[in-house]
Amino acid sequence: MTFDLILLQIFTGVALGSIFVLVALGLSLIFGLLTIVNFAHSQFFMLGAYVGVAVLGLTGNFWVALLAVPLIVGAIGMVCERVLIRPLYGRGIDYPLLLTFGLGLIILELVRIVAGTEGIPFNTPEGLTGAMDLGVFFFPKYRLFLIAVTALILVALWVFLEKTPFGLIIRAGARDPEIVQVLGVDVSKVWLIVFGIGTGLAALAGVLAAPIRGVFPEMGVPVLVEAFVVTVVGGMGSLLGAVIAGLAVGITLSMTSLFYPEMTTLSMFVLMAVVLIFRPRGLFGRAGVLD
Amino acid sequence: MESNTRPAATAKAGPMGGLVAVIARHRVLAALVVLAALPFVTPYEALAVNILIFGLYAMGFNLIFGYAGMLSFGHAALFGLGAYGCGVSIAKFAIPWFLALPIGIAVAGIGSVVIGWFAIRSRGIYFAMITLALSQVVYYSAYQWVSLTGGEDGLRGVNVPAIDVFGLHFDMLDPLVKYYVLYALAAVAIALFSRILHSPYGAVLEAIRENETRALACGYDVARTRWLAFILSGVFSGFAGALYAIHLSVVPIETLNYFNSAEVLMITLLGGMGTFFGAFVGAYVYIMLQDVMTVVTVHWQLVVGILFVVLILFFPRGIWGSLLKWVRA
Repeated sequence: MTFDLILLQIFTGVALGSIFVLVALGLSLIFGLLTIVNFAHSQFFMLGAYVGVAVLGLTGNFWVALLAVPLIVGAIGMVCERVLIRPLYGRGIDYPLLLTFGLGLIILELVRIVAGTEGIPFNTPEGLTGAMDLGVFFFPKYRLFLIAVTALILVALWVFLEKTPFGLIIRAGARDPEIVQVLGVDVSKVWLIVFGIGTGLAALAGVLAAPIRGVFPEMGVPVLVEAFVVTVVGGMGSLLGAVIAGLAVGITLSMTSLFYPEMTTLSMFVLMAVVLIFRPRGLFGRAGVLD
Repeated sequence: MESNTRPAATAKAGPMGGLVAVIARHRVLAALVVLAALPFVTPYEALAVNILIFGLYAMGFNLIFGYAGMLSFGHAALFGLGAYGCGVSIAKFAIPWFLALPIGIAVAGIGSVVIGWFAIRSRGIYFAMITLALSQVVYYSAYQWVSLTGGEDGLRGVNVPAIDVFGLHFDMLDPLVKYYVLYALAAVAIALFSRILHSPYGAVLEAIRENETRALACGYDVARTRWLAFILSGVFSGFAGALYAIHLSVVPIETLNYFNSAEVLMITLLGGMGTFFGAFVGAYVYIMLQDVMTVVTVHWQLVVGILFVVLILFFPRGIWGSLLKWVRA
């Protein structure tokens, strides 16, 4: 066991974690504002991959797909929020959760009907195949690209939330929607947009993960659980928590697969259990968010 | 959320109200009479066994979801632990099924003590997420421990031979005999469940659901009450799971799948959460519907999804809950 190998696994973990970060960010963003857990989140992830396949088939251009997917799926998410979830606001915390679970089943089954139950191959885009020499080791170019895109999204999201007037409204809305409403802001419109951004992020993660994980209807199922583990570790509603916990879960998975491969899937649950014992609220969870 | 922990309180004036009050007062008897006739109102007996088992499962789930007000998304783990605990005892250790049954219940009980201990530290949606994540641990463990559980193919060889009790011969391969043997066991569970709801403990549980702060101020140990509710709920679910292993003679890995957690949720919602009869009403409607729909289409999950959405949006009280409201109005 050399130091290089461990470093390589950490890098692999960060790449893996990038997907978790994107999925959990969307989940956390929606929760932070709408206080609903989107159980359909992983199906928007899967839908993203499928829409990516469709756009790629039409245009033949991966970059167009990367741009179009979050917009298309985000729009679908906004329609779902407007038609299905909005009537449930103020009716208890369980109802939207159950509804989104049903919505997830509908999306999954519709995709099976339209695209079939078989998996669809998704090639690594040209120019991103092969590995790059990083000095100490060779690393797959596509995984480097994953890390870069996630970093870019993080910066963009930070600028959007912290430096724009609309971001200010979102942050205020997360803190006290009633006051924001009184100040003359249409809060329901803010929620609609945030739901669109959240589902769009999930979809983007889906199309980014497609060359690694493959495209098949059930691809979202483990993702929901992974995103939950990340959210529980990071703390509900905390964006910083989502980022750090996402990377931590990714690195935990890749390191366990190096030292004790049989335990790979279980390792993230062990991490979650440890965090639950010492910090039930999650690493960066806000007080009161659980009540 | 409808409640009938205190049946006497449901008595209201009106022609139907009186009938409802009588049924509510003798709810165990009422449930057993209806269930006794079940094999004759289903297309085939195996379906009646399924309804009985999933009714019990939903009844146990209802304790935590309907009466304690905590949404668990991980009950498949407890149902599955009961099924695997019983099934492995029979298939791998050649223990007779009537002894394997309590082993299954004990395994599910231990599982719910552990899962409950972690999950109970959180509330609301967090609770749903953590129970789902922990149930996946059980799923992956069973998936990988092939030598014990059969892994992806499920556990085979759960043989249930005929037994002789007091000179009576029970052939478990006869579906009608099997139904009534399981029915007798279920009767004990239903009576016990009713007793728990009636007890001071049941009242505290509902008090916590309605106003946690006040219950805490009254001196009740909220965390312990919740934990116990989760364990009791897990024991009933595990009992249903153990019966399921005996019923099928195999334990499919799907018993541990998250979809199984969703199904029991669906059954409870369909029947009416927090109502005594809701679990069995929901199980009857859901399993009959499933029986018809799986013949018509392979996309049965689409129907389940639409059902979820429609129920939540328009009929959150479920069938029995809506009926109760209609009668009392």
